[in-house]
Amino acid sequence: MKKRWIPRLLLTLAVIVIIVFMFFPFYWLFIMSLKGDLDLYKMPPDWIAKNPRWDNYKTIFTDHNLGQNLQNSFVIAFSTTLISVLIGSWAAYALAKFRMRFKSLILGIVLAVSMFPGIVVVSPLYMQFSDLKIINTYWALILPYLTFSLPMTIWILQSFFKQIPDALTEASVIDGAGPMRTLFQILFPLAAPGIFTAFILTFIGAWNELLFASIFITDYRKFTVPRALTLFSGQYTSSWQLIAAASVVITLPLIVMVLLLQKWIVAGLTAGGVKD
Amino acid sequence: MRKRYSREKQETRMGLLFLLPSLIVIVLITFLPIGQTFYRSLFRWDIKFESRQYFTGLTNYTAIFQGLVNPDEALSWTVSFWHSAWVTFLFTVVAVSIETVLGLLIALIINREFRGRGLVRTATLVPWAIPTVASAQMWRMMFSSQGGVINDIAKKLGLITDYVNFLGDSTTTAFWSMVTADAWKTTPFMALLLLAGLQTIPLQLYEAARVDGASKWRQFFSITLPMLKPSLLVALIFRTLDTFKAFDIAQVLTGGGPASGTELLSLFNYKLMIQQGQHGRGSAVAIMLFVFTMLIAVFFIKVLGADPYASKGRELK
Repeated sequence: MKKRWIPRLLLTLAVIVIIVFMFFPFYWLFIMSLKGDLDLYKMPPDWIAKNPRWDNYKTIFTDHNLGQNLQNSFVIAFSTTLISVLIGSWAAYALAKFRMRFKSLILGIVLAVSMFPGIVVVSPLYMQFSDLKIINTYWALILPYLTFSLPMTIWILQSFFKQIPDALTEASVIDGAGPMRTLFQILFPLAAPGIFTAFILTFIGAWNELLFASIFITDYRKFTVPRALTLFSGQYTSSWQLIAAASVVITLPLIVMVLLLQKWIVAGLTAGGVKD
Repeated sequence: MRKRYSREKQETRMGLLFLLPSLIVIVLITFLPIGQTFYRSLFRWDIKFESRQYFTGLTNYTAIFQGLVNPDEALSWTVSFWHSAWVTFLFTVVAVSIETVLGLLIALIINREFRGRGLVRTATLVPWAIPTVASAQMWRMMFSSQGGVINDIAKKLGLITDYVNFLGDSTTTAFWSMVTADAWKTTPFMALLLLAGLQTIPLQLYEAARVDGASKWRQFFSITLPMLKPSLLVALIFRTLDTFKAFDIAQVLTGGGPASGTELLSLFNYKLMIQQGQHGRGSAVAIMLFVFTMLIAVFFIKVLGADPYASKGRELK
């Protein structure tokens, strides 16, 4: 037992290295967000903000419309998620609980669709959205976002639904409840963690997306947050403190979300790991 | 027997009804557009110069294979398709390898008992959750030769004598910077998936190995790695596909430069199709990207025996 402290020390050191590696960039981002024009490009740079400029955080909302971007992102991500969970849960129910043919084929299709590179659908969708006059509306992003959010939702939900004993759903059907009622009254409450998980993951996916957001929205008033952040880099290359401040603002809610909801997120990321 | 058969038939019909809305959406926004993109790739169609489309068969494909990007030489931006494909391939192999090795290392560390372990595990989710745009901007600032902390550290350690513009000076430094930024964002997540795999390995196996006097290394190669293989392969297939179609990181970090050294296929395709309006030739590139993705998936599933249905780490968006 004497030499136990050496591996202990190594382990502690390794953990510290991991933590620093993961969190130092965030620290730097925060410091950058508080710098003034003159300190931004100084070499060697200051490692602490000597004269913190908190008004950078005001500028991104007053001069750069970040509030509007946040609202756009929120509405789009939330709608995408809601639609995915609604129609995805029907599909997941059928795939998890119905004795039916073509099941594995459909599951395979769902899985394959989520692997497609987004750019392969861009050109035709752009033409169609133009014809429908929905370019620069929220629908121009909600619809293409379903290409990845719907398969993801179906996949997570069916893996959660499968874990609910068949006896429960069958009993409900024998009692005369229709499949819709069984879904909403039996499966939904029991698979609430799964629905929650699907909700979070879809939301994060839609919130962070950039490719579609750069193509289907051209009006800056409708830009989502990631799109607005790329614009900062093109047009305002000299205002890194603002890019940094905006990054902090959009990152904070995600960090809080992850810290609070990590249990569900992990469950979703490893969905299907439980054998049925 | 007959009753059971008819019940299955009935449930199949009901099931298809439940699946219908999702299938319609998937067909309308994925399958139909992919078909149209293929159809469009058979035409010469440059919306900046002409509204007419000319059927040209497979000309777009032979052109991109020969490295010709612009039907009109007037456009100055020319990068060969194969160059971009090579950069993408290299980036995918290098980044995914590094992420896997480091991720496995971190997973093995977190799998040990120590105080604050839950907190560290939660923290690993943070880089994964933030938008790539934000993380790329973050690394752009750190790599910069003006006010960048990495230059500062490297100089203080004596690794460099003059400040280096990592993202702009050479294709090599830009490429490795992109790999670093990508690894930072996805390694912790890889670690989390592998950790889930590690925790399914029965501890009795290690106890038995200890009784037999097997060393730690021996245990790692004879128990941990083989038992981890299914989760590892599934994590790998989805990470590989995701990295191969990466767009955000190159767009924000380097914009594809310098000298197209970080011009990933998705970005190349975006520039060709959206910025230059070459929908015909751009569609051909998109179809090739699609074909490459399918080949990667088939390689992992058929050759390496990955089973995505086991689905550890499905949702890597």
